Amino acid sequence: MTTPLLSVENLSVAYREGDHTARVTHEVSFAIAPGEVVALVGESGSGKTTTAQAVIGLLPENGRIETGAIRLNGEDISRWSGKRLDVIRGRQISLIPQDPTSSLNPVRTVGAQVGEILRIHGERDRSLIEARVIELLGRVGLSDPELRARQYPHELSGGMKQRVLIATAIALKPQLIIADEPTSALDVTVQRRILDLIDELRRENGTAVLLVTHDLGVAADRADRIVVLQGGRIQETGETASLLASPRSPYARRLLADAPSLSARTFRAAPAPGEDAIIVDNLVHEYQSSGREPFRAVDSVSFTVRAGTTHAIVGESGSGKTTTVRDIVGFGRPTAGAIRIAGTDISALKGEALRKFRQTIQLVYQNPFSSLDPRQTVFGIVEEPLINFGERDAAVRAQKVNALLERVGLPEALRKRRPRALSGGQRQRVAIARALILDPKVLVLDEAVSALDVTVQAQILKLLDELQKERGLTYLFVSHDLAVVRQISDTVSVLHNGQQVEAGSVEDVFLRPQSDYTRELIDAIPGKRSHALA
Amino acid sequence: MSRYILSRLGQALLVLWIAFTVSYLLLQALPGDAILIKFQNPELGLGPEQIAALREAYGVDSPLWQQYLHTLGNFLTGQFGYSVVGSVPVAHELLANLPATARLASLGLILATALALAIAFLATLAPFAWLRGALQSIPALFVSIPVFWLGIMLIQIFSFRLKWISVINPGEIEGLILPVITLAVPISAPLAQILLRNIDEASTQGYVAVARAKGASPTWVLWKHVARNALLPTLTIAGILFGELLAGAVITETVFGLNGIGGLTERSVRFQDTSVIQAVVVFSAAAFVLVNLAVDLLYPVFDPRLRKAKGVLA
Amino acid sequence: MSSIGTVDGLASASHGRTASGLGARLRRLQPGLVLAWIVIAIVVLFALFPQLFTSYSPVQGVPVEKLKAPSALHILGTDALGRDLFTRIVYGAVHSLTGAFVAVAVGLVVGTAFGVIAGSTGGIVEDGIMRLVDVLLSIPGLLLMLSIIILLGFGTVNAAIAVGITSVAAFARLSRSEVVRVRRSEYVEAAFGSGGTFLAVLWRHVLPNSLVSVLGFAALQFGGAILAISTLGFLGYGAPPPTPEWGLLIAEGRNYIGTAWWLTTAPGIVVVLVVLSANRISQSLGGRK
Repeated sequence: MTTPLLSVENLSVAYREGDHTARVTHEVSFAIAPGEVVALVGESGSGKTTTAQAVIGLLPENGRIETGAIRLNGEDISRWSGKRLDVIRGRQISLIPQDPTSSLNPVRTVGAQVGEILRIHGERDRSLIEARVIELLGRVGLSDPELRARQYPHELSGGMKQRVLIATAIALKPQLIIADEPTSALDVTVQRRILDLIDELRRENGTAVLLVTHDLGVAADRADRIVVLQGGRIQETGETASLLASPRSPYARRLLADAPSLSARTFRAAPAPGEDAIIVDNLVHEYQSSGREPFRAVDSVSFTVRAGTTHAIVGESGSGKTTTVRDIVGFGRPTAGAIRIAGTDISALKGEALRKFRQTIQLVYQNPFSSLDPRQTVFGIVEEPLINFGERDAAVRAQKVNALLERVGLPEALRKRRPRALSGGQRQRVAIARALILDPKVLVLDEAVSALDVTVQAQILKLLDELQKERGLTYLFVSHDLAVVRQISDTVSVLHNGQQVEAGSVEDVFLRPQSDYTRELIDAIPGKRSHALA
Repeated sequence: MSRYILSRLGQALLVLWIAFTVSYLLLQALPGDAILIKFQNPELGLGPEQIAALREAYGVDSPLWQQYLHTLGNFLTGQFGYSVVGSVPVAHELLANLPATARLASLGLILATALALAIAFLATLAPFAWLRGALQSIPALFVSIPVFWLGIMLIQIFSFRLKWISVINPGEIEGLILPVITLAVPISAPLAQILLRNIDEASTQGYVAVARAKGASPTWVLWKHVARNALLPTLTIAGILFGELLAGAVITETVFGLNGIGGLTERSVRFQDTSVIQAVVVFSAAAFVLVNLAVDLLYPVFDPRLRKAKGVLA
Repeated sequence: MSSIGTVDGLASASHGRTASGLGARLRRLQPGLVLAWIVIAIVVLFALFPQLFTSYSPVQGVPVEKLKAPSALHILGTDALGRDLFTRIVYGAVHSLTGAFVAVAVGLVVGTAFGVIAGSTGGIVEDGIMRLVDVLLSIPGLLLMLSIIILLGFGTVNAAIAVGITSVAAFARLSRSEVVRVRRSEYVEAAFGSGGTFLAVLWRHVLPNSLVSVLGFAALQFGGAILAISTLGFLGYGAPPPTPEWGLLIAEGRNYIGTAWWLTTAPGIVVVLVVLSANRISQSLGGRK
């Protein structure tokens, strides 16, 4: 057997904090052959990023490799000094970072930052560097590379910035590229194009890729082999196809079952006829800005939602979905059009009438940390709406709050805690309880599960499903994640640049999309290959 | 772009006008009558009629709003009234004292900037953790030292103990060394603190990690990526630093017995010479506003992100 | 999700750690912070029970004992009137501490009131207040203090009020921006969304969350206030002689700078130690949240 390009052997990394240390990876071992794509898959806290940081020698200052070896072409680099590592970083191992926006220096031109890697590794000829930079920018699919080289990062979109970073990473034709969640900050359609680009370039140069991702679907599509990490330990390693087809470890099985993009594609049955809980008719929302044409964020959007069903609003950033939702819950005022919630026109309500109406429609936010007051206890947060609506009897309030917290699965011990002492999933349960304590008819979920790890996401989705059945709730589910939408909604609207490009039952939209944009969105859902394999 | 400049200019003028009005109401309209203090001194032997005549000459008996408009008009034409103590126009006093203070302040600023840069970059690049820690705590020590005491200590050590610098009739340059150090130390502290904080913040940015992944050494990263992003925001405290310089000059000039705006201010407070104080207050507010205006207008030159934003606004 | 090169890995690593016991907390105490607390405790005792530390009188001197260098009898020496310097420093503590306390209180109460009003009402009221704050900020602190002293006259309390008024603008600006920040947060919107009235949300969410950092800032002002008060004392605008105020002690010692070094050195070092300690403590309070 030939030596692998990279072999990580029994790697344990610990972080020192004050006078004690905490191990975050435990004896992690895996290998990457030349030209191979290996995915490190895990949820937050799994140690996948730490492992990748250790490989490129960029652990945080308080991080330390306690045991194990990292062999690059057979040579252990884990004990190398920074100076020695500087020679191989960029030249033999390079990095595609997670967040393209913060990864480019705002005060230097794009060209200077791509050219920097050539300069660091000894190229002195300015015109040569310039020519190579333009060639690279063109290679990663940026139009007008001469112009791009002179521009500053803020003049480029997120996808373009990620292309710039890819151009930097491939500049010296390294043997290994570490791609750390390279697309999680990008819209789904952009995500796919970026992953395609990385794939193409790697094939061209025979580069190996260590792909760090939380998304098993992405790993399934792109990797030759998958390493599943949990709590700093490897749960399973295997060829992509066999791991997906027959996972051996319980954790990998759970991860596979919980990943919306990989789970079985069954649609909800068509909703029974009944009354409409939400009617949105020709909604228009313009933002005024002095001295310029008003910006039309939402342009004649119409849909109706049957009571007791789930309607999804799907769109990428800038699609107008957030504006639509804010108008529906009464935080924004539409420029034109009507919104009727349970028979009441909410856009006509003001002051006290609007305050009273909030018992009917409630919102759950994407970020359960910023939407909970850090100074309140869990109990206080859920109790507050009852106080607002005049429930004076503390015993009655306590009884209602405790019953609901019990229902959403928050154990008694957590009720005196503050949000900071809760996990992301627990916080979102609190937010759901706060929204439901007033017994609303409609619950608006604004990307409410997007920030959660897949296994937690699956639990919350299950909870929401049960609550809907028990209480006859109507959900308006806003998401960029089509895989989740496919799983839980009855009907869907697809928004693009403020316009509704498609609407209908989920089955119709997913199986028989009418617009090109919808088709592109659906194609961009990762996990395609696993279905082909299955 | 021009619209932005105009609105910024308008704001600056508004602030100045309010500053004038507030200082006028506080210092001129309220009691603390410098005329009486000075001329009621029995040694001068002035009778009540003579005092009344003087009061008229100084224009202190007309209605408040007339005095206000009158004074405002005078300020706009560069007449800041008479110094009661010095019996000369305030403008003359200011002009006579300005060069000395300007020299002291600019030398102080240069030394303070050099000190702050040295502390901040050494504290980032120094080889040992304990050394970095020690350097990082220097600014905290500097802000805790009373300026006047620092001046006295310097005189005590360098003039009286070591006898390096003569107290009586020092040479022009020799006489400036200790005052400039006294002025520079307390100003370098906040500057170094802000620099250190900005360096820290810039160092955690994604582009620093990316540069390291390209194979850049820590020194390369500091100069090519961190330095500019850390230095830029310090421009925004330029106005505040100017105020600190002036305040420092008041104390430094008092401690070292130097002539200048600071010494003038100290004397005017002692004798409640309100026209001088008001002129100094308005003068310093004007300088503060001008410095900030210049920073705001220059900022886009250094920060490409703002260039675009302003372009869109115009 | 975390990314290479940031310390997110650490955050996730330390997340699971539960509250540590008292023993662990004691071990983590930094010696600098402990020293700072000791310094402040001693100075507070100086202010409360000066008699416990010295048997000499702070104002009555013994002429034959004048200008004695530090010795076992007078550990910090004596001044030109034969008064024990250590005694004068001990009795001076109360002036510096109450002065700083009054100054911070004035700034905190007046400034925060303006800031909260500006931040929670908005509109013309906010514009008016903030314009005034801009003006106050455009005048160098010392000049503002001197102007107010001219207005109020010299004296300990007046000096403290002048120092306090000078910090009103900073307090107002910080509390306004905090109120505005909290008002824009999602949990405040959520509170409105669950039917809260304006006053209820202001009282339950906006004020408690925005005042935390304002109080931290107040702690930070303390050291600066001690410095400012000693500066005014040195210039002769604060407490009149023979009050043993620290700044005044240094001013009086100036006349003997060539012969009696202890008269200027000792009170200055005390001021530096106290200010350094106050800053260190308020920093640790602000950082912990």
